[in-house]
Amino acid sequence: MAENTTREKPARKGALLEVENLRVEFPTRRGTLTAVDDISFHIDEGEVLGVVGESGAGKSMTGTAIIGLLEPPGRIAGGEIRLDGRRIDNLPYEKLRRIRGREIGMVFQDPLTSLNPLYTVGHQLIETIQTHTDMSESQARRRAIDLLAEVGIPAPERRIDQYPHQFSGGMRQRVVIALALCVNPRLVIADEPTTALDVSIQAQIIKLLKKLCSEHGAAVMLITHDMGVIAETADRVAVMYSGRIAEVGPVREVIRNAKHPYTHGLMGSIPMVGHDLDRLTQIEGSMPRLTEIPTGCPFNPRCPKVFERCRHERPELIAVEDTRVACWLYEEGEQRRTGSHG
Amino acid sequence: MADAAVAQAARSGTDDVRPLVRVEGLAKHFDVSPPWLTRVLRHEDRTLVRAVDGVSFDIPAGRTFSLVGESGCGKSTVARLVVGLYNPTAGEVEFDGVSMANLKSRREMAPIRKRLQMIFQDPYASLNPRWRVADIVAEPLRAHGLMTDRRAIQKRVGELLELVRLSARDGEKFPHEFSGGQRQRISIARALASNPEFLVCDEPTSALDVSVQAQILNLMKDLQRELGLTYLFISHDLAVVYHISDYVGVMYLGRLVEWGTARDIFRRPQHPYTRMLLDAIPDLEMSGRQRIPVAGEVPSPIHPPSGCHFHPRCPFANERCKAEEPKAIATPAGGKVRCHAIEEGRLTEEVVQHALGRD
Repeated sequence: MAENTTREKPARKGALLEVENLRVEFPTRRGTLTAVDDISFHIDEGEVLGVVGESGAGKSMTGTAIIGLLEPPGRIAGGEIRLDGRRIDNLPYEKLRRIRGREIGMVFQDPLTSLNPLYTVGHQLIETIQTHTDMSESQARRRAIDLLAEVGIPAPERRIDQYPHQFSGGMRQRVVIALALCVNPRLVIADEPTTALDVSIQAQIIKLLKKLCSEHGAAVMLITHDMGVIAETADRVAVMYSGRIAEVGPVREVIRNAKHPYTHGLMGSIPMVGHDLDRLTQIEGSMPRLTEIPTGCPFNPRCPKVFERCRHERPELIAVEDTRVACWLYEEGEQRRTGSHG
Repeated sequence: MADAAVAQAARSGTDDVRPLVRVEGLAKHFDVSPPWLTRVLRHEDRTLVRAVDGVSFDIPAGRTFSLVGESGCGKSTVARLVVGLYNPTAGEVEFDGVSMANLKSRREMAPIRKRLQMIFQDPYASLNPRWRVADIVAEPLRAHGLMTDRRAIQKRVGELLELVRLSARDGEKFPHEFSGGQRQRISIARALASNPEFLVCDEPTSALDVSVQAQILNLMKDLQRELGLTYLFISHDLAVVYHISDYVGVMYLGRLVEWGTARDIFRRPQHPYTRMLLDAIPDLEMSGRQRIPVAGEVPSPIHPPSGCHFHPRCPFANERCKAEEPKAIATPAGGKVRCHAIEEGRLTEEVVQHALGRD
């Protein structure tokens, strides 16, 4: 199974990606900064996991660690990353590169940086396909045209020979998605795929990503700061804060019934059409810099429900109803704690 | 009180409050032609981008008017025209009854200049990194010659920083010591230094995280109430616009396609483009509401489509839409809209429902 690259839809839903106690550190002259601090999560086959958080929460860093593209001096300082049961965090560069192309596809925020401006779109697609399969040039070209058609690019036979600058922003992002899906990856990591796009294009790209992943049966790790995109796309969502997961659970549950005070505040701070509020919920302050992460729960200085324990002890993720929360307001398997803090 | 006035304005189609800013037939064309020799050799004419093409609206004093649209629709160009950073190709901007086009010299401009200020999108680019915050905030005071006494300036800067919920002591620091949200507060403090009545805010929260955006939006609303400010707010984010605006104008390729009170635009959108934009907002409440599927992209503003610019993407377009530019007509709610389908009464509820059912 592990070496099986021709894929069918699995009968059993199992964890495709498992991340366990992952730590990402940046050694600097003034000490070691921890960008991702001991986080664990999994993504099932065919599942869309949203990873949401504000800038500096460590969400992109988690994504880059998984694909092994951390910029030095950043390094994985602990934990394991397993794809389909195989560890991929300790592989040599060449082996990891092969997995990255064949089994993990990537879509980044800015489509211009993911495409080489000097080559035609077709050249880049065909090269990727030929690197990872043994198709002939003409077969690969046919596959590239099919892919462009699949991601909704009109007249793909003509456009395949054009350069990236001849495409609009939305169309370019479609090309990047085609590039990510070239070799039927099992996991797609999409880092802010719609952030640089206009709202009407964003809606189309979200729809496309969702459709393609369900058709190709690929699992998706969708990294974004936009709760709206998560609500439209993800099955489950992990809310990150200061390099840790504050809350993870089914999207509907997290959005409608947020348990962690941070998630709760975050949801209240999003303006929504149709909600006549004079003021938005305001979380005072901002996310701490990596050099100034407080002890205990990293959210404690901004938390409206903070109490003594939060300042000293770090809360671990525990199951509360359908979600898992890292907050001292809750106890394993229980409802919200009663008393003055609830 | 304010709500009652807005509601009444919605009924009568005008606001009882006097307009502080009037924009009439405003246009800005940019010449993007290749150099003369190239044009001659290729037998090409000049190429003009009609970035803003005949835009008119009023902003009543003490209210917020928002321009919303996708990139390239000309909303930021309108903002720059209104504060006088660009000269209009046609039309005029009237501020408190005075036409800005008549103010030729710097001297005539000066009394108006200090009454209007601008806040920019990127708080990292709009603050000089080598200046202390106190000097940044005091710059308008010095530039307009409002204060000369060093101690008076220091006191005023302290007040301004506290007004935007920073500490007076923060004046000693440099911009890099602040987070994005705090920097945007500094920009606001600087904009308020000359006691302006009118602020033009070009995507002031687009570069910020949501929780910080909430802080800035709350602050802007508080300041409007405390100081009676009038805002022209530019944004691509419809939820933010809904939250902050009294009036909304929807722009598409240089033209206003629909404008009116925020309430009506969002509750009863008329123009197919407004409907499409509203339908493109992610469904955060996960209500599963029915939406018209979004299609197509904004075409190049260099060669905009003929007639109604929106016709290639419009599910309700016909021959007339391709040929003729629609005129502004009044909506039942008191707003204005430019659409042949609405004018002809083609856009009935059944037609819209049919479009919904297609997906």
